[in-house]
Amino acid sequence: MSFADLTAALKEISETWSPFDFMLAAKHVDLFLLGLRNTILLLVGSLCLASLLAIPLAAVRAARTPIFNTCVLAYTYLFRGTPLLVQVYMLYYGAAQFAFVRDSFLWTVLREPWWCAFICMILCSGAYITEVFRGAIEAVPRGEIEAAKACGMSEAKLFRRITLPNAFRSALPAYANEVIFSAHATVIASTITIVDILGAAKHFNNKYYLAFDGFIIAAGLYMLIVYAITRGFRFWEGKWHRHLSRVHA
Amino acid sequence: MEAVLQFSPFLLAGLKVTIALSLVSIMVAVLLGLLGAWAKLSGSRRTRRIAELYTTLVRGVPDLVLMLLLYFGGQMALNRIGNATGLWDYVELDAFTAGFLAIGFIFGSYMTETFRGAFLAIPRGQIEAGIAIGMSGFVLFQRIIWPQLVRYALPSFTNIWLSLMKTTALVSVMGLEDLVYNGYAAGKTTHQPFTFMFVVLIAYLVMTAVSDVGLRWLDRRYSAHLQRA
Repeated sequence: MSFADLTAALKEISETWSPFDFMLAAKHVDLFLLGLRNTILLLVGSLCLASLLAIPLAAVRAARTPIFNTCVLAYTYLFRGTPLLVQVYMLYYGAAQFAFVRDSFLWTVLREPWWCAFICMILCSGAYITEVFRGAIEAVPRGEIEAAKACGMSEAKLFRRITLPNAFRSALPAYANEVIFSAHATVIASTITIVDILGAAKHFNNKYYLAFDGFIIAAGLYMLIVYAITRGFRFWEGKWHRHLSRVHA
Repeated sequence: MEAVLQFSPFLLAGLKVTIALSLVSIMVAVLLGLLGAWAKLSGSRRTRRIAELYTTLVRGVPDLVLMLLLYFGGQMALNRIGNATGLWDYVELDAFTAGFLAIGFIFGSYMTETFRGAFLAIPRGQIEAGIAIGMSGFVLFQRIIWPQLVRYALPSFTNIWLSLMKTTALVSVMGLEDLVYNGYAAGKTTHQPFTFMFVVLIAYLVMTAVSDVGLRWLDRRYSAHLQRA
């Protein structure tokens, strides 16, 4: 069998038997890679900033600082109680309604779909992560905090050395869950014209008048991302929770 | 503000679609969840495998992708099967049906975990006692398992319901005229997208708050015997 025969046979399989036309998709690897890059950039960037935002907010929530606590609660309630899609639409389509936004420096940021998606992802993931961290901070054993106080640690040192490490450790499984949900949430970016994985799939479908082939590829790529996150966190938990696991001889 | 009042019947029609879609989806999800939990707990290795594949798939693929896949791919698959077997003619999956099937499918997998955990939380002795008295499978389910399943599953059911309602917003991307779709359309017509999206946002917030309060009340009722007098 010659090479030409082989390609013809592969093409035949690709067009009739395979659930999606992989020969055609192979020609557009760069499109899907661009989508993958954008999705990962959006996910990693927003998660880093959201986690940084969540640490002080969670501390405020856990300490029940009078007025601030109510403000943070209002923030998390608002962002956790409404769909991310509506938040993104409100910022991306809504901001243009106001003349003062259009005339100010804000407009250079808010007219870009990328920044709108980024800002909404940070705020939305930040709200969820705040509540995860709050639960973890509240679960720090009282005895450890009392011991630290008895040693004469200042509030700041106590928070840095006792509360945070302990809370991070116990928050890890719930945090991993949040990361996976954030990965799912990034698809919203494709609704405001960003070429993320789903956006790439849509471009692919539109170009060849396909009904769903691109979506299968997208599903596969997302599964890969989620699998990588799961494995990564399992490794991380293995490191941080080593003292909790049973000793194997 | 005047524009919102003017468009309020339009928005209310969308709200109705959103609520109907949520209710139908949660029913599908509960059914799939019970089925999945049964499959995961059953002795047969094959059913367990299938249930595990189901939950892994849903955890791996974002909701919107699954929805689009089902909307466009499901219709083609249905018609191919119909063609091959001759059982049905050309069918068209409308956005509402595809929406509730997809959302039910997605949240059914979360329900599976919920019901599995709740079932495992029921003390074994009670089920054994029921069997010893001679209860049939159905009576055992109705009198012993279901009431306790509800109690153990309610907190996580509440969370699932709240995120399910928010997920229904995604059907607007498939063109179903729900609250978000109508709000967006009204905003575009009146050149006040912010105002209308804000109204939609508040509507979702109210829906979440009401369900939160209602389900917490239900939770208190089902665990009334555990509270101190």
